[in-house]
This record gives sequence, C-alpha cells and structure tokens, in this order.
Amino acid sequence: MKALSIKNLTKIYQNDLEALRGIDLDVEQGDFFALLGPNGAGKSTTIGIITSLVTKTAGKVHVFDVDIDIDPELAKTHIGLVPQEFNFNGFEQVKHILITQAGYYGIPPHQAAPRADELLHQLGLWEKRHSTARSLSGGMKRRLMIARALVHKPRLLILDEPTAGVDIELRRSMWLFLQKINAEGTTIILTTHYLEEAENLCRNIAIIDQGCIIENTDMKSLLNRVDSETFVLDIKSTLPKNIDLSGISYQQLDDNTLEVEICRDDNLNQLFSLLSSQGIEVCSMKNKANRLEELFLNLVETSALNS
Amino acid sequence: MMISKKQRHWVAFNTLVTREIRRFLRIWPQTLLPPAITMTLYFIIFGNLIGSRIGEMGGFNYMDYIVPGIIMMSVINNAYANVASSFFSAKFQNHIEELIVAPVPNYLILIGYVAGGTARGLLVGLIVTFVSLFFTSFEIQHIGLTISMVLLSAIMFSIAGFINAIYARSFDEIAIIPTFILTPLTYLGGVFYSISLLPDFWQNVSLLNPILYLVNAFRFGMLGVSDIPVVAAFAIIGLFIIGLSSFALYLLHKGTGIKH
Repeated sequence: MKALSIKNLTKIYQNDLEALRGIDLDVEQGDFFALLGPNGAGKSTTIGIITSLVTKTAGKVHVFDVDIDIDPELAKTHIGLVPQEFNFNGFEQVKHILITQAGYYGIPPHQAAPRADELLHQLGLWEKRHSTARSLSGGMKRRLMIARALVHKPRLLILDEPTAGVDIELRRSMWLFLQKINAEGTTIILTTHYLEEAENLCRNIAIIDQGCIIENTDMKSLLNRVDSETFVLDIKSTLPKNIDLSGISYQQLDDNTLEVEICRDDNLNQLFSLLSSQGIEVCSMKNKANRLEELFLNLVETSALNS
Repeated sequence: MMISKKQRHWVAFNTLVTREIRRFLRIWPQTLLPPAITMTLYFIIFGNLIGSRIGEMGGFNYMDYIVPGIIMMSVINNAYANVASSFFSAKFQNHIEELIVAPVPNYLILIGYVAGGTARGLLVGLIVTFVSLFFTSFEIQHIGLTISMVLLSAIMFSIAGFINAIYARSFDEIAIIPTFILTPLTYLGGVFYSISLLPDFWQNVSLLNPILYLVNAFRFGMLGVSDIPVVAAFAIIGLFIIGLSSFALYLLHKGTGIKH
C-alpha cells in the first residue's frame, strides 16, 4: 500500500492558469519524500488538492488506498498538514488550538489534552501553552503548526516549507524532530526552498516545474548524477602568480582564495598533491553550492528550455 | 482506538459549538454588552418617554407592546452578526482551513456555526428580556410557541449570516446586508407599531416582509395579539430555513469563497 498515489492530476484555475498538467506521483509508506520546485511550479496546488483545500480539475488521488473522491473523510483522517502560511486563530490560546483541532478529528478533550501536552513539551512550547497564538515568535508559530498537524497522529504528514524564516538552530532542531517521527513510522512529504534540508532529510525526491514532474527518483541516484563539484579553498599565504593544477579547472578569486571544479573522475587527493608540491597550504575548504542545488537548477533550466 | 464516524461527528460538532460559544463569551464587551445597552435605551426612549404619550397599541400599553419586537430584533441581529463575523474572520485569517482539512462534513460545519449563532441570539434575547423587566412586567401567553419562534428565528438568521460570510470578501461586505437590508426590514417589521395603523397599500407591502411574521408570531406568543396568522409565520420560517440551508450547503459543496 502506498501512502500517496496521484494519477494524471490536473488543475486549471478560473483564470485559465494550468497549475498542474496531469502529474503522476507515488510516495511509499514510511518515506521521507521531497517535493521540490521553483515558486509557482505547482507544489502548493498539489498539496492543496491532497488536503481538500483546492478543487482538482481532473485526476485521481489515493491516500493509503483511500480515494479522496469516494471517502474524503477517511482520507483526511490519515493526513496532517503544516501549511506555508500561518493559519490559526491568533486570539486563541496555544493549547486550545491543539485541543480544538483534535476535536475536529473526533478526539474528545480529555483524550486530546495529554496528547497536546506531549507535543507542547516535544516542540518546546510548554511554557507558552496559555499564551495566545499571535503573541508567539515566528519560530514558535511554525512549531505550533507542526504540533497541530500531529495532534491526531496522522500517518502522512505534509509540510509545505515548514522552516521558511526559521533560524538555523531552530531549523536543525526541527529536522531532528521530523527525523524522529519519520523513524517512528510517519510518512513525510516535505516541500522546501532549502535544498540542503531536502538533501539531509529525504530519501526520495520529485521535482516539479510548470505543472509537470520533471524528475522523480531516489536522492542517492540523483546526487550521483552530479558531474562536478565546485569547492572554494582558503589559502594560508598569498597565492603565487602561476599555479599549475594540470587539467583541473580553477579560478583565483583573490590573493588567498581559489575556486576549483572537481569532475567526478578526478579526486581531491590529486588536487592537494598538486597544491602541496607548489608550497600552497589550504586552511579550509567548502562547497560553493549544495550539490542538490546545482542539480535542481540544471533540471529546472533544462525544463524551461525544453518548454 | 478506532472511533465510529458517528462518534467522530458528534465530537467535532461539540468542538465547533464550544469554540463558537467561547469566542462570543471571550469578547462579551463586543457581543453581549452593546445589545443590552442599546435595547435599554429603546425601552427608556420609546417605551417610557415617548410611549407614555402614545397610549395603547393592540390593547396594551406601548411599552408592553414593543417588548416582544425589541427582544426579537436583538435575537435576529445577534444571531446573524455572530455567524457572519465569525465565519468571515475564519476565512480572513485562513483558520477555516483547520476545518476544511479535517474530516468534518459540510453539513456539520453549517450546523456548528448556526448553533453558535443561535446560542448568542438566544443569550442576547434572554439578557434583553431581563432588562425589559426593569421597565415592565408581563406574563407569557403561549410559552411553547414563544420559545419555538425565537429559536427558529435565530436559526434562520444564523444561516443567512453564514451565506453572507461565504460571499463576503471584506469586513465591509458583512456590514452591508445588516445595515441596508436587515435593519430597515426589522424596523418596518412591526417592532414599534401595528401594521393596522398603516394605509391598506402599505399594509399589503408590509406583508412581503418576512420579519413582520416573526415579530408578530413572537408577540402572539408573549402577549396573545398578532397582525398576521401565526401559522403563516411558521410556514414562512420553515421555508426560509430549508431554502437557505440548502443554498448554504450547495455553496460549501462548491467551495465558494473558501476553496480555490
């Protein structure tokens, strides 16, 4: 049984915008799945259709084998949604928001309260449980939306850019939390603009552009397609005028910084030997761009050219 | 633990109604206090000061005559306003999405909001009734009829407020109908006078106003006098409730104003 199965999903908005052009997508149970794409590619429309916020034009969606057209209520019981925009009543108290949401899923307050307390502790919101939602910081509001989406223990959690505008420390703590619930069996679909996030968390990936799926594979295979990586090297002393890196493409950015492109067939040992033989000492090294980011940009550019 | 669909719906309904009631109780200075003050002023100005010079109407002193109409007016206005503002706020702040993504069927969303509006309408009606006791005393003639009429009126106008909120795209648009339609119809619906005072032509025009039937049927329940047959009031209110709720469900099914 698949957690999510989408067939020929199409959406044409009233202004004739064709947001989805017959996409197919499968997400296995237990997966941590990335749905990536540039702004306006169709990610949020896809999520909106799965969660009933958007009416589809054509196609089929099954959530754990439940057809959302035949038994939408049952399908909804399986899904938890963390939307892109804050969408809670800012005047309600944090704990009330969780208990109310649980109630909509048929969980009475006496059962919802301990579950809400558990999530508030796990997501670091316990101290704020009696505060109104609007008084929370941006990061806390994001965590509140995650807690709300999990209060009914969904089998499929959909996160639409959950870490947008969240500082790096908090983002990493959210990653750990998501990895934990995924390990406990919750299937997760994630959309994000932080490709490092997708690379670190997700096992499978689909890239959507202009309403079409242009790539759908596992993360490892996709990253293996990287032909070359660009590294930025910080050099200890001023670089000599003529550097010989015999065939390795490079660019000197300033007196102490070197940018080198390493092809898949080359290796870093070779580069370091050459630098060392010329008395060049490397203090530190970093990737110029995330590997997935480079692939993503290539795929989207190719898709734009093809269309 | 698996729960049945029936249990789930019951809990969801209770949750929605509790949330709605909690909302209007939390903001009581906006929801419960203003009608109490406004209606007190009506009793003082129209009932005491002017009413004492008007004399009798429909066989009752003027203060007694207007009490049922003023109670009904406050019930209608508050039931309508509660649902219109609550549902529109949920749309405006996007937290209506909490309900749409949850396994709550459309009819339950409608009933939940309408129950909240009805609760506020009835509570305000009780407050105004209590206030009226400072100015007069009365004995309710037909208790069952009085309660059923006020309850059905609150339900009917809660549904109307819900439809208004579905279509509204700004806060202005939830004020237009109450200001330009509801208030004139209420004032012309026999709250302050008997239509027997009007010329024949205007009496016939008044009969097109549905609020006239509600006010008079309620007055019949309280005082035992009415300008219209009470059965007609029940028929009209029944038709309106069926018509408006069917239309509201159709709009929810289509996703008008709430889905893309």
